[in-house]
Amino acid sequence: MLSSRSLTQTLFRTAKASSSRNAVFPATRAMATVVSDLFKPTKYGGKYTVTLIPGDGIGAEVTESVKTIFKSGNVPVEWEQVDVTGVVTGNSHPEELFRESVNSLRRNKVGLKGILYTPVERSGHQSFNVALRQELDIYASVVLIKNMPGYVTRHSNVDMCIIRENTEGEYSGLEHQSVPGVVESLKIVTRMKSERISKFAFSFATANQRKKVTCIHKANIMKLADGLFRSTFHEVAKAYPRLEVNDLIVDNASMQAVSRPQQFDVLVMPNLYGSILSNIGAALVGGPGIIPGCNMGREYAVFEPGCRHVGLDIQGRDQANPTALILSATMMLRHLGLDDHATRISQAVYDVVADGKVRTKDMGGNSTTHDFTNAVLKQMERQ
Amino acid sequence: MSAVRCLSRGLSFARPAFQTRSFLIQGNKFYSTNKVAQFKGTKNQNGNYTVTFIEGDGIGPEISKSVKDIFAAAKAPIEWESVDVTPILKDGKTTIPDVAINSVKKNLVALKGPLATPIGKGHVSLNLTLRRTFNLFANVRPCRSIAGYKTAYDDVDTILIRENTEGEYSGIEHEVVEGVVQSIKLITREASERVLRFAFQHAEAIGQKKVRAVHKATIMKMSDGLFLSTAREVAKDFPHIEFSEELLDNMTTNPNLYRDILLVMPNLYGDILSDMCAGLIGGLGLTPSGNIGDECSIFEAVHGSAPDIAGQDLANPTALLLSSVMMLQHMGLNSHAEKIQKAIFDTLAEGKALTKDLGGNATRSQFTEAVISRL
Repeated sequence: MLSSRSLTQTLFRTAKASSSRNAVFPATRAMATVVSDLFKPTKYGGKYTVTLIPGDGIGAEVTESVKTIFKSGNVPVEWEQVDVTGVVTGNSHPEELFRESVNSLRRNKVGLKGILYTPVERSGHQSFNVALRQELDIYASVVLIKNMPGYVTRHSNVDMCIIRENTEGEYSGLEHQSVPGVVESLKIVTRMKSERISKFAFSFATANQRKKVTCIHKANIMKLADGLFRSTFHEVAKAYPRLEVNDLIVDNASMQAVSRPQQFDVLVMPNLYGSILSNIGAALVGGPGIIPGCNMGREYAVFEPGCRHVGLDIQGRDQANPTALILSATMMLRHLGLDDHATRISQAVYDVVADGKVRTKDMGGNSTTHDFTNAVLKQMERQ
Repeated sequence: MSAVRCLSRGLSFARPAFQTRSFLIQGNKFYSTNKVAQFKGTKNQNGNYTVTFIEGDGIGPEISKSVKDIFAAAKAPIEWESVDVTPILKDGKTTIPDVAINSVKKNLVALKGPLATPIGKGHVSLNLTLRRTFNLFANVRPCRSIAGYKTAYDDVDTILIRENTEGEYSGIEHEVVEGVVQSIKLITREASERVLRFAFQHAEAIGQKKVRAVHKATIMKMSDGLFLSTAREVAKDFPHIEFSEELLDNMTTNPNLYRDILLVMPNLYGDILSDMCAGLIGGLGLTPSGNIGDECSIFEAVHGSAPDIAGQDLANPTALLLSSVMMLQHMGLNSHAEKIQKAIFDTLAEGKALTKDLGGNATRSQFTEAVISRL
């Protein structure tokens, strides 16, 4: 509990520190704009304004849960809701709403977000989720994978943190068809961004009393691209002699993760591997419904469920597990310095889960989203 | 009048063009008529098939002996031709000896034990050399929970087929400017169709009703999109097989998805997921693997050569044995395959003659004896 409390508080400081310290490669100086005092969004009338993007699929239901809890808990947060959607129907204008959400985030600097749907069709729009991260340069995705007390899964004592580069790699969006039937997709790896994310990971590990940082890569095959990521990681590691450092090939890491996940502490990796490992990690401790996460940059922070599943299949059925978004929201409260509120809410969620009477379908129960929300509210009253 | 003539000329002009196009569309179906990668070997004068045996390093020779003993006991119509693939230097490049290449080319099928890959020597791994030499385009990795060896996950039962020649492993990389690297993931319709068609045909051959393509086409719209659209096309030719598609994210998050289904996917995803599946059922010591090519196919154990226990009669031959069973199936020797496979699974399920890595204290030869006694 204690570590998870200090964790989010320090996240943002970490994000800033890691991009301002540029001892290793002077070339990254441009990234290192001076960061003055600890950033905080402005308060108006004693309340913070936070951009709320419910997202598609189960988004509306789980954000409703968060809103209800925040309201009953008298959390001094005012939502600025933008109903951007990735599902294109008829004459809607998803791009406009998307711009609006970006502008809102630029104003408020903090956001809570569900997941936006991305069409598979080649004619469909690019992923708004990815575009948002690139636009705001929220480069570090942090996903916390930890067993919840009282909820027994296949593995126990799992406590790992996946730090994922969020803005380049396989998600660069650069693809072209050379001749019909032959497509090239570019994976971009730069030293600057590799260094930035490595520093973030090390500062994070230091700030949270973690012991080990593992770099995940596929440098045996992608010798230049992942090779650059790996060598930059080891270069940065020299500045942190007190942390244990190692690296693992991604396929081996996946195998280790499902058989002995307890060996992992902090993991840092390029974009795509992050997607794979955070999902594997979720499976270890109870599924994507309980994994919180956030995206950190130098100026903005957007909190969203760690596994980034849209959940279109269970949309509107009152089945979704709001835990992931509630816990992401409590991470956000800690980021805003509202620790008391954060602790109260997260403790209530943990208590409800540990109690085991009210659980949503994904956790093996029969309760609805509303049941779960009400149980959390009751638990908060009892405290 | 002249206008009509013009029109008809225009039409006659248009027709060949149209034909060419339809030819192209047909031409895109590279493998529609023949079965992809069918085994074309023939028996020798003794009524046996000859199979190239690359015994490998470390524990390789021991576990190879287990395979030979068990095959002899099962009276499988196989004659072994052992070859050495220690790299040699030819025209300044490291390569495998011609003897080995010719043997595989002649026999069209090979069984391979683990090879020690020298680290940091800068030369291409032997596995990659073999893959390229024989154009082994698909990697087949069945993963099934083994009764008798308990892991955190039971009833995993899947077959994973991975495209093996392109994708992220194209090897095309360059540094654009200092500190900025581009790595190209290459997806072609030809290679995608080949592996997909093989996957569907393999599903047919083994009686699997469901095939699923794993992709990340939400992000990589063109490359994975091409793989996916090709999959949809190919699926139309197999109406009795249920085709579905799933995002890579959802695949990794739910081990319950790995049941009674054949998965087919591009290179990197296959690499990661196949090793992850191996982790689900208890590690690489229990997973067989087959590399399928147009002409030749190589079946292998994917675990390491374990030099630390080499020669001590401790190694677990299961992976190589199960690979040899896959090989028999590939060669159409299904009754032998079934017999041997049953003996292996029964021995493991009984749990009396387990090797050390599975928590038992039997030696390799005791395990082998136990399997033979069940034949």
